[in-house]
Amino acid sequence: MRKYVPKDNVQAKPYYTDRYWVAPRVPREAVEEGSHFASVVEVMTPFVKESYVEVGQLVIHIDAAENFDAIKTLKEQCGYTQCSEQSAVDYLAQDGEFELFYQFLNVNEAKRVRIVCRLKKDEAIESIEPLFKSANFAEREMYDMFGIKVNNHPYLKRILMPDDWEGHPLLKTYPLHGDEFASWYEVDKIFGKEYRDIIGPENRDPARIDRYDTKRFSRVGYEVPFGEDITQGEKEQPIEYSETLLVDYNKNAGKQLEKRK
Amino acid sequence: MAQHQVNYASAAGLPIALTSVDKLVNWGRSNSLWPLTYGLACCAIEMMASGASRYDFDRMGTIFRASPRQADVMILAGTLSKKHAEFARRLYDQMTEPKWVISMGSCANTGGMFNTYATVQGVDRVVPVDIYLPGCAPRPETLQYALMMLQKKIRRESANMKKNTKQNLRLV
Repeated sequence: MRKYVPKDNVQAKPYYTDRYWVAPRVPREAVEEGSHFASVVEVMTPFVKESYVEVGQLVIHIDAAENFDAIKTLKEQCGYTQCSEQSAVDYLAQDGEFELFYQFLNVNEAKRVRIVCRLKKDEAIESIEPLFKSANFAEREMYDMFGIKVNNHPYLKRILMPDDWEGHPLLKTYPLHGDEFASWYEVDKIFGKEYRDIIGPENRDPARIDRYDTKRFSRVGYEVPFGEDITQGEKEQPIEYSETLLVDYNKNAGKQLEKRK
Repeated sequence: MAQHQVNYASAAGLPIALTSVDKLVNWGRSNSLWPLTYGLACCAIEMMASGASRYDFDRMGTIFRASPRQADVMILAGTLSKKHAEFARRLYDQMTEPKWVISMGSCANTGGMFNTYATVQGVDRVVPVDIYLPGCAPRPETLQYALMMLQKKIRRESANMKKNTKQNLRLV
């Protein structure tokens, strides 16, 4: 276990990063002989590249080109009739490819299987929409978020982002705050590019202070009328205290008898 | 001459009230602010609560309208995504003058905690805002207070909308 780090300000950049930290791995267990999963692996033998059990779920690695046939076998011969999720993980920087995964559920056995395959950057994957209708939206989302093309998909179109969006946001190379296209998207779309200068760039700094803003910031000691333009500088106005309230009692100290002086 | 004519000037209760056109028009406008039924995210739940019987917006003359053509106020309640910004602006454009905008909650004000590529960082990038209402999400009382502040603002305005346009609308 790592020691607890307070997460009060998770937006702040960490000043210390542990170079020797290794992400914990979920243990992979071998498929137990005679179990339900063993029979699944046996049926899937022509497709299986690697198989193991992870957190009670069978994981089968297959070749990306055989995904349709493999999943058809899994559905028709092993009884995995629900495709609960399908998406990808971006390993482009690490391995130059995506990892695609399909998550299946066998309702009768109450068992889950994950089919995993690797896909090169510009390759397309075969759609499993003819087998599972639920894969329709999942594959569209994968196309939207990663730009992975899906062959024979009935309606391959962006599902979350606008149709005219540029870039695929879940790629690791996509900046969290968006690229230039994203940061001006609504301005360009509604007003046109010529309004960029009028509206100005996005302010993403939560602690930003504009020293010339006389509408939203108080100016102690430099008070100016509301909304006045002070870009040319402003006069210092020392704080004046009321004389009736602030009486210097030390000045008019009490009487001191002559003999005590 | 027969004395059947009523001498109003001498009667105690004059059926006349003297006021300025500005005051009269603004009295009417501020006391019948009809917001657009338009919710974006969780703030809209608080907006609905404000409209329902416990907080009862109706008693302030605030009745939610289902059409932007009949609405005076747009309450932008929630996170405005970049995909939706276009439609929010279109609804604003469809509203008839005079119209006002309340930006409700942190997300509408500044983008809030959604400091991401897909969220508009403050709805004032898209529509001109009259009242910024802080909170995440603001309680119905806060929305009521914002509405009362808007009423105050309207009562200060000129009834002639042409005069107001320049100072109020930052974006044309």
